[in-house]
Amino acid sequence: MKTKILLEKTLFDITLKRLCHQLIEVHNDFSESVIIGLQPRGIYLARRIQKELKSILKTNSILCGDLDITFHRDDFRKKELIPSKTNIDFLIEDKNVVLVDDVLFTGRTIRAGLDALIDFGRPKDIELMVLVDRRFSRHVPIQAKYTGIKVDSISSQNVKVEWKETEGKDRVTLVDK
Amino acid sequence: MSSLSVNHLLGIKQLSKPDIELILSTAKNFKEVLNRPIKKVPSLRDITVANLFFENSTRTRLSFELAQKRLSADVVNFSASNSSVKKGETLVDTVNNILAMKVDIIVMRHASPGAAIFLSKRVNAKIINAGDGAHEHPTQALLDAFSMQEKLGNLKGKKVVIVGDILHSRVALSNIFCLQKLGAEVKVCGPQTLIPKYITSLGVEVEPDLRKALEWCDVANMLRIQLERQDIKYFPSLREYTMMYGLNKDLLDSLSKKIIVMHPGPINRGVEITSDVADSKQSIILEQVENGVAVRMAVMFLLAGRQN
Repeated sequence: MKTKILLEKTLFDITLKRLCHQLIEVHNDFSESVIIGLQPRGIYLARRIQKELKSILKTNSILCGDLDITFHRDDFRKKELIPSKTNIDFLIEDKNVVLVDDVLFTGRTIRAGLDALIDFGRPKDIELMVLVDRRFSRHVPIQAKYTGIKVDSISSQNVKVEWKETEGKDRVTLVDK
Repeated sequence: MSSLSVNHLLGIKQLSKPDIELILSTAKNFKEVLNRPIKKVPSLRDITVANLFFENSTRTRLSFELAQKRLSADVVNFSASNSSVKKGETLVDTVNNILAMKVDIIVMRHASPGAAIFLSKRVNAKIINAGDGAHEHPTQALLDAFSMQEKLGNLKGKKVVIVGDILHSRVALSNIFCLQKLGAEVKVCGPQTLIPKYITSLGVEVEPDLRKALEWCDVANMLRIQLERQDIKYFPSLREYTMMYGLNKDLLDSLSKKIIVMHPGPINRGVEITSDVADSKQSIILEQVENGVAVRMAVMFLLAGRQN
């Protein structure tokens, strides 16, 4: 099994900071914007972005929620899925929502995420942020507005995102299956 | 563990502890869905469910139907009273005719114990038992366990007493299996004539004195006296039953701790439980009904998601 490191240490931190500054350019002080991380793996990026934004903007009022999309997936019955928790304790009606996931691959997860999200109301607009964009592999016409890194990969490879909170270190790797 | 070990929900007896835990944890996710502004998810949009009720039901039928609709399934309802069953059609024929119309899941309530098991061996669909005679009522036991867990956390070591007509109760049997599998202790309480003789072989103790039973327990599940199933007199009068085994506010308030009061419905107010107890803060009867939809959504979601 061959592993290629795409992002780690300083570069990882710089990428997160850049994403935050890109967000601030559009969303200013986040008073009308919220962050929603997609379960199960997008929530770590969402929380990290929330933490970073809080320290850059010197505020405590950055709203961040977790959204589970299991019940909206189109591959239900093709594989076994375990639902995770949804936790959105604020209104998204008329807000600018930044949907956050770790890897954008086929786009199907995001499609389900958009469906799941509008169950909670009608946001003003929805943008997509991902840490890794696997190009040339989309099954649906969905693109991210904010991207950490772009990766050209083939289907026999996996992109693995690790987080300090769960795996002990921040790292993005490309793994041959 | 992300899928059930069974293809049908015939009874709690057939489920393993991980199965029960999976259903309860999935139900928690569905309960959250039910509190969203839009309470509907598209998971079962390609599934057709037939609700076959050969016996009367309000709560269970409505609860199943709501659960199916919240999951976006197509639903057909059938009640025996205005069907060809009256013309002498057999159960298997009736069901096979319904299945010929491409139905994926059958939810069935039937007066005969074992009807769901019988059907599961003869027809090609997923069967959910919504009560078979005095045998099992698995979704009721699951929603009872879910409601208890919400109040008490892990049920291991918790004490539950089931009071009343144990002999005719499918709720009692399913509850006993379910609670024991989750590690709770179960006692039954009621007139000797309404306690089946085999009950001790299930590891259930009999406590004939209601006060002692209530002092012992964390949860009291008060069952309805099923007059419609009683072919002979099992106790002298309802009034006497109420005096011996009815739960009233004075008795509840005189206990040394605050217990949780449950009832699977429909309530005979003033018989097994008085109105002020049924409507008290310790009663979670309406929460049970609310949780019923989430638990039934979980059961259908997990059964439909199972690959054959």
